[in-house]
Amino acid sequence: MKKQFFKNSIKLGILAFFVTLSSCIKDLDRTPFVEVTSATVYKDFSNYKQILAKVYAGLAVSGQQGPAGRPDISGIDEGFSTYLRQYWKAQQLPTDEAVIGWNDGSLPDYHDMDWTSGNEFIAAMYNRIFYQITLCNEFIRETTDAKLSERGISGENLTQAKIFRAEARFLRALSYYHALDMYGSVPFVTEADAVGSFLPRQASRTELFSYVESELKAIENELLDARKNEYGRADKGAAWALLAKLYLNAETYIGASKYTECITYCNKVTAASYALESDYNKLFLTDNNKSAEMIFPITFDGTRTKTWGGMTFLVHAGVGGNMNPADFGINGGWSGLRTTKAFVGKFTDITGATDRRAMFHTNGQKLDISDIFTFNDGYAVTKYRNVSSTGVKGTDTEGNFPDTDFPMFRLADVYLMYAEATLRNGQGGSQATALQYVNALRQRAYKGTTGNVTSINLDFILDERSRELYWEGQRRTDLIRFKKFTGSAYLWPWKGGVKDGRSVPDHLVLFPIPASDLVANPNLVQNSGY
Amino acid sequence: MTNLDTHSTSRVASNERFYFMLRPMLFVAAFVLMLSSAFAQITVNGTITSEDQQPLIGATVLVKGTTTGAVTDLDGKFTVQVPDQNAVLVASYTGFAEQEITVGAQTQLTIVLKVDIQRLNELVVVGYGSQKKRDVTGSVTNISEKDFIKGNIATPEQLVNGKIAGVQITSNGGAPGAGSRIRIRGGSSLNANNDPLIVIDGVPLDNTGVSGAANPLSFINPNDIENFTILKDASAAAIYGSRASNGVILITTKKGKAGDKMRINFSSVLSSSAKSGVIDVLSADEFRAIVNERGTAAQKALLGESSTNWQDQIYQTAFSHDNNLSLTGSLKDLPYRASIGFMDQNGILKTSNMNRLSGSIGINPSFFDKHLKVDVNLKGTSINNRFANQGAIGSAVVFDPTQPIQSGSNTLGGYFEFLDPATKNPNTLAPRNPLALLNQRSDESTVGRIIGNVVLDYKFHFLPELRANLNVGLDRSNSEGNINVPAGVGQFFPRGGQVANYTQNKNNKTFEFYLNYVREFGANRIDLMGGYSYQDFIRESTDLDKNQAGEVFNDVFFKTQNTLVSFYTRLNYALKDRYLLTFTLRRDGSSRFSPDTRWGTFPSAAFAWKINEEGFMQGNNLFSNLKLRLGYGITGQQDVGSDYPYLSRYTPSEPTAQYQFGNDFFATLRPEGYDANIKWEQTETLNAGIDWAIRNGRVSGAIDVYSRKTKDLLSVIPVPAGSNLTNQILTNVGNIENRGVEFTLNTRLIEKEDLSWDFGFNVTFNQNEVTNLTKVPNPNYQGVQVGGISGGVGNTVQIHTVGFPTFAYFLNKQVYDENGVPVEGLYADLNGDGLVNLDDRYRYKQADPRLYLGINSQVSYKDFSLSFVLRANFDNYVYNNVLSNNATFRGLTGTNNYLLNLSPNVLQTGFANNQYFSDYYVENGSFLRLDNLTLGYNLKGLLGGSSNTQISLIGQNLFTITKYSGLDPEVAGGIDNNIYPRPRILSFGLNVSF
Repeated sequence: MKKQFFKNSIKLGILAFFVTLSSCIKDLDRTPFVEVTSATVYKDFSNYKQILAKVYAGLAVSGQQGPAGRPDISGIDEGFSTYLRQYWKAQQLPTDEAVIGWNDGSLPDYHDMDWTSGNEFIAAMYNRIFYQITLCNEFIRETTDAKLSERGISGENLTQAKIFRAEARFLRALSYYHALDMYGSVPFVTEADAVGSFLPRQASRTELFSYVESELKAIENELLDARKNEYGRADKGAAWALLAKLYLNAETYIGASKYTECITYCNKVTAASYALESDYNKLFLTDNNKSAEMIFPITFDGTRTKTWGGMTFLVHAGVGGNMNPADFGINGGWSGLRTTKAFVGKFTDITGATDRRAMFHTNGQKLDISDIFTFNDGYAVTKYRNVSSTGVKGTDTEGNFPDTDFPMFRLADVYLMYAEATLRNGQGGSQATALQYVNALRQRAYKGTTGNVTSINLDFILDERSRELYWEGQRRTDLIRFKKFTGSAYLWPWKGGVKDGRSVPDHLVLFPIPASDLVANPNLVQNSGY
Repeated sequence: MTNLDTHSTSRVASNERFYFMLRPMLFVAAFVLMLSSAFAQITVNGTITSEDQQPLIGATVLVKGTTTGAVTDLDGKFTVQVPDQNAVLVASYTGFAEQEITVGAQTQLTIVLKVDIQRLNELVVVGYGSQKKRDVTGSVTNISEKDFIKGNIATPEQLVNGKIAGVQITSNGGAPGAGSRIRIRGGSSLNANNDPLIVIDGVPLDNTGVSGAANPLSFINPNDIENFTILKDASAAAIYGSRASNGVILITTKKGKAGDKMRINFSSVLSSSAKSGVIDVLSADEFRAIVNERGTAAQKALLGESSTNWQDQIYQTAFSHDNNLSLTGSLKDLPYRASIGFMDQNGILKTSNMNRLSGSIGINPSFFDKHLKVDVNLKGTSINNRFANQGAIGSAVVFDPTQPIQSGSNTLGGYFEFLDPATKNPNTLAPRNPLALLNQRSDESTVGRIIGNVVLDYKFHFLPELRANLNVGLDRSNSEGNINVPAGVGQFFPRGGQVANYTQNKNNKTFEFYLNYVREFGANRIDLMGGYSYQDFIRESTDLDKNQAGEVFNDVFFKTQNTLVSFYTRLNYALKDRYLLTFTLRRDGSSRFSPDTRWGTFPSAAFAWKINEEGFMQGNNLFSNLKLRLGYGITGQQDVGSDYPYLSRYTPSEPTAQYQFGNDFFATLRPEGYDANIKWEQTETLNAGIDWAIRNGRVSGAIDVYSRKTKDLLSVIPVPAGSNLTNQILTNVGNIENRGVEFTLNTRLIEKEDLSWDFGFNVTFNQNEVTNLTKVPNPNYQGVQVGGISGGVGNTVQIHTVGFPTFAYFLNKQVYDENGVPVEGLYADLNGDGLVNLDDRYRYKQADPRLYLGINSQVSYKDFSLSFVLRANFDNYVYNNVLSNNATFRGLTGTNNYLLNLSPNVLQTGFANNQYFSDYYVENGSFLRLDNLTLGYNLKGLLGGSSNTQISLIGQNLFTITKYSGLDPEVAGGIDNNIYPRPRILSFGLNVSF
């Protein structure tokens, strides 16, 4: 009896065992709870805008949790890793416009101008650029006409999807532009290269130039008209501004002048309904999103777009000494950024009483910098603030994260590009219009005609660009175009890590390809001089 | 007299004080007893030998039922007086079976003791079953309760710290219930988990932390543990395949035995913990003098009038108690054990506390004539934690000592804080008042955890050689934590305080089934086992962060799951009981990998030769045990953090990382980087060892030599830019090697009637080296920088480089002046390019010790015992981050409207700025620590016949000998930055069983 019971239960047990076994092996196919697999995400059109939003957000935040927590790129502090923060540092810190008093890793290399391929900040910028490019590639690859039709995207959704795709191509062109500007010849990947383990080939600077140019021209008509898209999204105006910038620097990039093409695209921008903001300072406040001068912003928000990089860095890092954080709408300064005497000297009156673009905090600050690590050495700059034009503090209760947006392209820049291209003998513009554009900016700055000029030349333009566009991530490119970045043509305090400035070698006009990528990708050849 | 004895003890049972008064009287009584027995004596002479007729020196002969006895001399001879011919002598010797002889008419005795087969036959738990100790072929160490470290021990791994060669246990500081970093023969991985697999009564635990608990192991009450078995080499551990690369720790809890009478055990430990030192900083007067000498007028104005020793303020002498009650026995044929424990531990950092209520029930009945054995274990634990704000530790080091604790005003809860001169709000860059950090933050959690399993072990009726074993287990935990910081205080001032709540639920299931066939034929014995295992891990958590006004800053939900399915088999083959062979094979499937790569096969083979059993050894009297072991095996690793690393997937953003289009904000969807081909990391281990025992086991030991090579390392490496949706990815690349030697010696130095002295010593030499890090060999590859420090942002001081140990320091070489003082900012131009920058960094030493050892000893004299555990690490280097951060005048010059106290070291170096990358801050952290000193006293029979009462005085962490200039050189990872200091603990312990 007992034995029989056991024999039966064993048989039953063995049967049950094999049944459960096969289902258990199937249990190895686990799928995420919180995340969506790529197999399903593109079936639902409502996801498309969220994926596009990520491509834009890649310029602003550090990851999927604000202000930090789930970073996009790693190998560097998350707060440091954001696109805008790195872009700004690379464009500003090696110039006369800004110094930073922090002892973070190789950060001082930017002033000392002795960076190497091991510099983690240069690597972070490079990684951000390629992160952005692969994000764009992924979206473009998944939204080809064939794939859209395969997934049954039609009607208005199809129209929208194609506009989204054009915007992703704009954003990819923007990042490739930054790559060719800062690194020259870099790895080249498009939507044709699927995600995986492969070694991208290196494209020459000339090839990249043509690619960016052709992409922007190809999407020119697919993008919505200037100022007709939702704020924050790219439109034709953004593509024109980028093309103008590409052509203005063509001599640097490909050794050929494209000033005529620059003027062509400046003209397209000025013909659109952009308008100068009435007060200069309003361009850098929390309600700058309302400005008709904005061509392409990177948007931030105190509660919904939080990061330790981006505008949080730009507003906080410049506050220290006896500056009142409350005036900046923040809870406290980070005592980092100041400017050099060379930049202060671009203004004849630094009080801001005549030229309102001179926004300095001098109380308790020394004009001369004897110690870069001391905040009180060097005047502070009060340009970016987390308060509105009516004096209301930003929405973040904590006072950490500004609502202020970053002007990547704005009309004033296009005016000055037009003027410069004209002075550099580009066709399609006139000296008179150039002078008129320059004076429009000065009239705004002086709140009247007292600052108007009667003639302009290239040296004036370089200084005027600095006065108008300082701390907007333009300076390095401008100094290189004017051949004043390296060598001894222009020395500013602490250029090359020396108090009075020193001549630095010419190879520094390009940053090195990071050592990490040279190791990962044997196809790459380092820029000369490194 | 005997009557009086029992009488008096039972009378005093309830009154210890009375007993102490009576104690001298008992001695007198015993003396009288001995005297009275001096009448009518018979003298017996004798020799005690082993079976091979060797005299046994120091063997004990006792007259049964008395304390009369003798110890054999150098010739094994003894002389003893017995009362009459009915007297029974009990002869005993370590490693031999006890023997009783009735004296009778003999006056000359030759007693031959047999080697204690029972002892050598002692069973050792191995994966999926147990084995006789003498038949074990792998490198396995077993430690049972009697060897556990005593004292204020909240977490199981501390029971065996320093006792096992090849096992390094580094506590993560002195917080109540704090966990430890356990490394068995060094880490085998760079980015995957390096923790060993822990199996409790057959339930493998997952390695991830439990929210709201300082340490996932703190849920196991150390008092419930019977023994630890550590499987160190691959041949022992490979049966756990996928999770065994870092070794396996098998924990067996106490159980009842059939036929035992009920036994009650009560134990109690009362402890007092105090800080063992403080970090050197300037006193208020010294600091005032420096500021007045070097500071600006504004800084001088910031100086306060007080003299506050902040480190004294944040620490306290903390009292703890741990009480445990257990019942063990057998109810007819139902063996059982039930226990309940309550521990309340206060930390030396004010406001830190943990209390634990734990209970366990185990029954292990047998049915059908012992054919079916059932083993049911259930452990339930509830822990309440109050976590102190550990930010106070660093803050107390740097906070201006001239400032008062209280500001005298009512704002900010009355605490002094540095204010922003313009806003009059707390200065956001300044450190916060250390006491305010502690007292104005409540961070509490309640965590419950249940670990239970049912094992059915059935020996087939028609085929008794075959056994089927089914093990079904679960491990569930529920955590809830709340953090509360009021609005209007220094911390979280700008955002208006904090109300945070987090929860976590873990639900892990285990199902295992195996068949085991054992048969002997002739001189052969085979033991074949084959089985299947299924484990599933689900983890779900929420995180809500608000301010006091209810504004939500973060609201996160997360859920993840992974599953492991395995098939395994093991064959043990023994020929003539001398040659032992073990083969194991495990095939594991992990849901973390794609269907193409998820299955991994992990084989092992081992051979052991019991040399002392050979004929040619028979005449040899030196070795009572001599076994050679050789083992080889491959183990795997799949614990990589993410549960879905191979899948292409899109992650939604939190509401705090949206992007604005027009007037609307959109949550984003991020495509994640992934490696579709990610697969198992594999560690190949070779082990050769010898177990030996001489002088009939009085001296025994083992020596093991091993090599562990890990390939297809799960490493995070840079991807070729543009090829993936990330810049760094977890993939299989690289190799590392660990090589080492372990040596263990255990000896009984003295064994006399009233006196014994045991001495144990273990030493481990381990060296690791990175042998490859790249997919394409590249000699120019600098390596992976690791070891983030505090100071600046993103600064690292360590590196993994091919040809060097893992976590080697990577710093600039400091140049010193003729007086040996480091010259600020002056480093050797090691690459000779004429510039001194970060490219001149070099690889220098490493964080992990090359050599570590444990020494333990116990002396017993009559009812007293004194034991100690010493532990030492050599060649472990420590980056003194406390100094690199605080020993510069930046504390004065770099601050804005606040002051930072300085380390006196700045007076030697004179550094004006932080020199984070100077190798000056890397110090030799070799140390010798007296981990434990226990004085015990045994009060046998205090509470009647079979009762046993022990009292003990225990000191923990009594001293540390080191050259290291910081507080404590024992730093997991090697970067010393304000860890919660390990306290010095004095405890009183009481253990009563009856």
